[in-house]
Amino acid sequence: MTRTIWDSSVGKKTVMAVSGLIMLLYLVVHMLGNLKIFFGSGEFNHYAHWLRTIGEPFMHYEWTLWVIRVVLLVAVIAHATSAYQLSRRDIKARPSKYVHKRPRASYATRTMRWGGIILGLFIVWHILDLTTGTVHPGFESGRPYQNVVDTFSTWYGNVIYIVAMLALGLHIRHGFWSAAQTLGVGSRTRDRALKTIANVLALVLTVGFISVPVAVMTGVVS
Amino acid sequence: MKLTLRVWRQKNADAEGAMSTYEVDGISSDMSFLEMLDTLNEELILKGEDPVAFDHDCREGICGACSLVINGDAHGPERTTTCQLHMRSFKDGDTIDIEPWRASAFPVIKDLVVDRSAFDRIIQAGGYITAPTGTAPEAHATPVPKPDADYAFEHAECIGCGACVAACPNGAAMLFTSAKINHLNVLPQGAPERESRVLDMVAQMDDEGFGGCTLTGECATACPKGIPLMSITNMNREWLRATRKAGKR
Amino acid sequence: MSSYTDYATGEPVVDTKAPKGPVNERWDTRRFEAKLVNPANRRKHTIIVVGTGLAGGSAGATLAEQGYHVVQFCFQDSPRRAHSVAAQGGINAAKNYRNDGDSIHRLFYDTVKGGDFRARESNVHRLAQISVEIIDQCVAQGVPFAREYGGLLDNRSFGGVQVSRTFYARGQTGQQLLLGAYQALSRQVAAGNIELHPRTEMLDLIVVDGRARGIVARDLVTGKIDTYFADAVVLASGGYGNVFYLSTNAMNSNATAIWRAHRKGAYFANPCFTQIHPTCIPRTGDHQSKLTLMSESLRNDGRIWVPKAKGDNRPPNQIPEDERDYYLERIYPSFGNLVPRDIASRAAKNVCDEGRGVGPGGQGVYLDFAEAIQRMGRKAVEAKYGNLFDMYQRITDEDPYEVPMRIYPAVHYTMGGLWVDYDLQTTIPGLFAIGEANFSDHGANRLGASALMQGLADGYFVLPSTINDYLARNPHKDDVDDTHPAALEAVRETKERLEKLLAVNGDRTPDSFHREIGELMWEFCGMARTDEGLRKALERIPEIREEFWRRIKVPGAGEEFNQSLEKANRVVDYLELAELMCLDALHRAESCGGHFREESQTPDGEAARKDDEFSYAAAWEFTGTGEAPVLHKEDLVFEYVHPTQRSYA
Repeated sequence: MTRTIWDSSVGKKTVMAVSGLIMLLYLVVHMLGNLKIFFGSGEFNHYAHWLRTIGEPFMHYEWTLWVIRVVLLVAVIAHATSAYQLSRRDIKARPSKYVHKRPRASYATRTMRWGGIILGLFIVWHILDLTTGTVHPGFESGRPYQNVVDTFSTWYGNVIYIVAMLALGLHIRHGFWSAAQTLGVGSRTRDRALKTIANVLALVLTVGFISVPVAVMTGVVS
Repeated sequence: MKLTLRVWRQKNADAEGAMSTYEVDGISSDMSFLEMLDTLNEELILKGEDPVAFDHDCREGICGACSLVINGDAHGPERTTTCQLHMRSFKDGDTIDIEPWRASAFPVIKDLVVDRSAFDRIIQAGGYITAPTGTAPEAHATPVPKPDADYAFEHAECIGCGACVAACPNGAAMLFTSAKINHLNVLPQGAPERESRVLDMVAQMDDEGFGGCTLTGECATACPKGIPLMSITNMNREWLRATRKAGKR
Repeated sequence: MSSYTDYATGEPVVDTKAPKGPVNERWDTRRFEAKLVNPANRRKHTIIVVGTGLAGGSAGATLAEQGYHVVQFCFQDSPRRAHSVAAQGGINAAKNYRNDGDSIHRLFYDTVKGGDFRARESNVHRLAQISVEIIDQCVAQGVPFAREYGGLLDNRSFGGVQVSRTFYARGQTGQQLLLGAYQALSRQVAAGNIELHPRTEMLDLIVVDGRARGIVARDLVTGKIDTYFADAVVLASGGYGNVFYLSTNAMNSNATAIWRAHRKGAYFANPCFTQIHPTCIPRTGDHQSKLTLMSESLRNDGRIWVPKAKGDNRPPNQIPEDERDYYLERIYPSFGNLVPRDIASRAAKNVCDEGRGVGPGGQGVYLDFAEAIQRMGRKAVEAKYGNLFDMYQRITDEDPYEVPMRIYPAVHYTMGGLWVDYDLQTTIPGLFAIGEANFSDHGANRLGASALMQGLADGYFVLPSTINDYLARNPHKDDVDDTHPAALEAVRETKERLEKLLAVNGDRTPDSFHREIGELMWEFCGMARTDEGLRKALERIPEIREEFWRRIKVPGAGEEFNQSLEKANRVVDYLELAELMCLDALHRAESCGGHFREESQTPDGEAARKDDEFSYAAAWEFTGTGEAPVLHKEDLVFEYVHPTQRSYA
């Protein structure tokens, strides 16, 4: 009765865990890259250009970036699809609620689904805003520094971004620890360490990402 | 003590259910929760009403029959089974909500009684060691390190009450399933069926319509026997290991 | 006096299957002489097993492994909930792992002596032989017995024996052994060899041409009455301690399966042999629904006492040392608090009867750990008894480290049951009884950690060997179905009974009658019995029965989930069984084991057996409700363990 990973609820959770960790790894790199904005437009724009030339001359212009993009896209789709299917399964498994309700579990745990949806929507906006510029009036390709400052000069840009990053923090806080359990690497002795790492990752990423709009708003970056 | 009870009443599996309100008086704080319900039922019978149906048997916290959600908590406010909960945990004048386990894999049979046969089918799928009577070697032939024996025991303590499913917002049976897998997989006697056991039991668990685990930890908090949440982690590891090995064959 | 006591004595009942020869060869002899069923023919045979406890669960699994088609029933929602699950202490086996002089012969000797010479030597010896195989079997199944650091099995001494032969899994040995059997059973269910019917209760036996061929059972969910047919029927439905209303049995444990079989012709043996356990948590009031046992091991360090003065209501800590009566230490200076269960129980009853009992209703004695805490330190006491203290505190809300525990005896186990021969077959051919449901191995008193041993011995090893002989001699025939007159009659009787219960529509609940009969039995057929008291009870029982059928109120309908109907139907059988228990207790004008007749005691108040008159098992034949039964005696012969009078002074 052996099944494929995708046919099993535990298997789907494994897919979620692995895809989540891939995205998490990407986010760490992404956040560190973002911090280059504090060193001026030259360094930031140069960094953005370098992203397109990684691996040259073996890789053609933007090939590496596209590889990363494809991997990320697969990860996002896998993560979202398994999340959607598992959630449907969970809701079906518990169709009627208790009459007597009381708050359960931690905030981070309870907001995984909504947080995930917020993050999904954010990713779409974020790409349309700073990668393609579709929703970005005055977007100029090749001038990322200016584009970032632009975005964070609008109130809605800041609100969307900061809300999303707070959601990200909560998502990582439960998600990282949860992924460790799903992959079976948790243990009684490791539990504290895993929880600490999850908290630190969540905090560092949130603060790191939010520091950019805050810097723009306060005029540190302009 | 005088109490107001709001109890889930449902005539049978197909009927619509609803909460009904009852007043009970003269409740002693020494009574167990089920004895309080006995008192209510005696009154209902004499009034010609249908008494409240609930599962119960040993009333000493080991058979796993009793299964009430009390004020939103599986087995009520103390970490124990419903039968070992005493009325001293409540105050005079309290209103107490009593509901059945809620999960689509545990359909209501009547009132507070649910069908937990899904648990039996999970065990039937692989929650055993194949050792037909008469085939056993001498008991001391295979020593079992004490930590392993203790670990097995800790998970074997599960009474199959289903509080984990009732407490889980996803109606998942991960804690129940993992408890049996951990019990048997750690023992040398359980090793030959280590992979098939976890794969088959998890598959059966899915087929029964239980939800998935989102690691909220509600199950371990509700478990009257203290099966740890880490039990699920270890089952996941066993599952991944078994899946890898199955892929190699 | 009713004519019920004018019973006739019929032909002696003889165990025709018991082999002769040296006691240690008898089991081998029987196994060799028993006919076998060809493996290819086995799946044609259907065997019904009622009950899924240690005996039923292990029997069902093993018979299915052998190739028989098993149809198994339990009234619980899952086989895993059978009341064997609640056994705490452990299971005996003559492994002699401790090298402390134990042997099969010593376990045999201890059990015969512990049963106060009212059990069969052949059966007990077989039990002792099989005990070692049980441990092997359970370990192979993954039962997590306690182990030592070297990885080998741990043993403890239990119930006052001088060797360490008890295997245990913390305080949950019964649970772990039951789960082992349940898992073996589950494997066979998955393999399609067992057809399992949970939430289904046996309500009658179908006997065709003198042979057990099926049962009538009620689906407790739908209320539907159905018939099931087989080549043999095995009853593993447990004991009947719930006759007493308050006992350590589970709430739904009942006597219906064995009582209905008795009504259909199976003899009931030694019904008065009841074990009353001394260390239970006392009742707190009329609402009490059941009693909880605490391990006997508490008596190793706790001291039992009551105030010297009657009606001394001071809190225990304010009663000075010289105003306390450590009555066990006083009366039995050499054994003190460690006297056997029956003696400790009776002594507690006596001091309470004198008006010196403590706690609500004066039904309790103190079990004091103050001295132990002083001597060993609180830490050591905690390590040894912590879980028991916690359990006590949860139930009573009193801290046993600060205030002495209160304990009182409670009905715990019934040694009597359906009479069976060496093959565990009742007097109805094709009907077998195993575990607590039969009477076979414990005589008049059961030793600690022996119930689990007997249940598993019967289910894993004895029955699966002996039932072959019956099936081989009675090849499968497809001649009975639900149109057979015997089946129709059994169904009709059952339906009538249930309809009658629903129709009375009186003004008393099933529980109120159960409580009434239970209190009567506890008073007159409990720890100490007298001719006068038993006669009083025998007069009262038919009156209660008459009142029951006039005033019972059962709400709802028959064809639905109806717990009141289940209960009322069980009480019907208690009201008949109670009468037989009292008659058996009345006729046995001796004291032995758990049966104490006040008229038969030594000058120092100990149980006095009368071997020349009563060295037999009393097997009763049913003749009609309220009609005098017929007594059939099975003489007990002791060739290896010679009867002696117990002395603990």
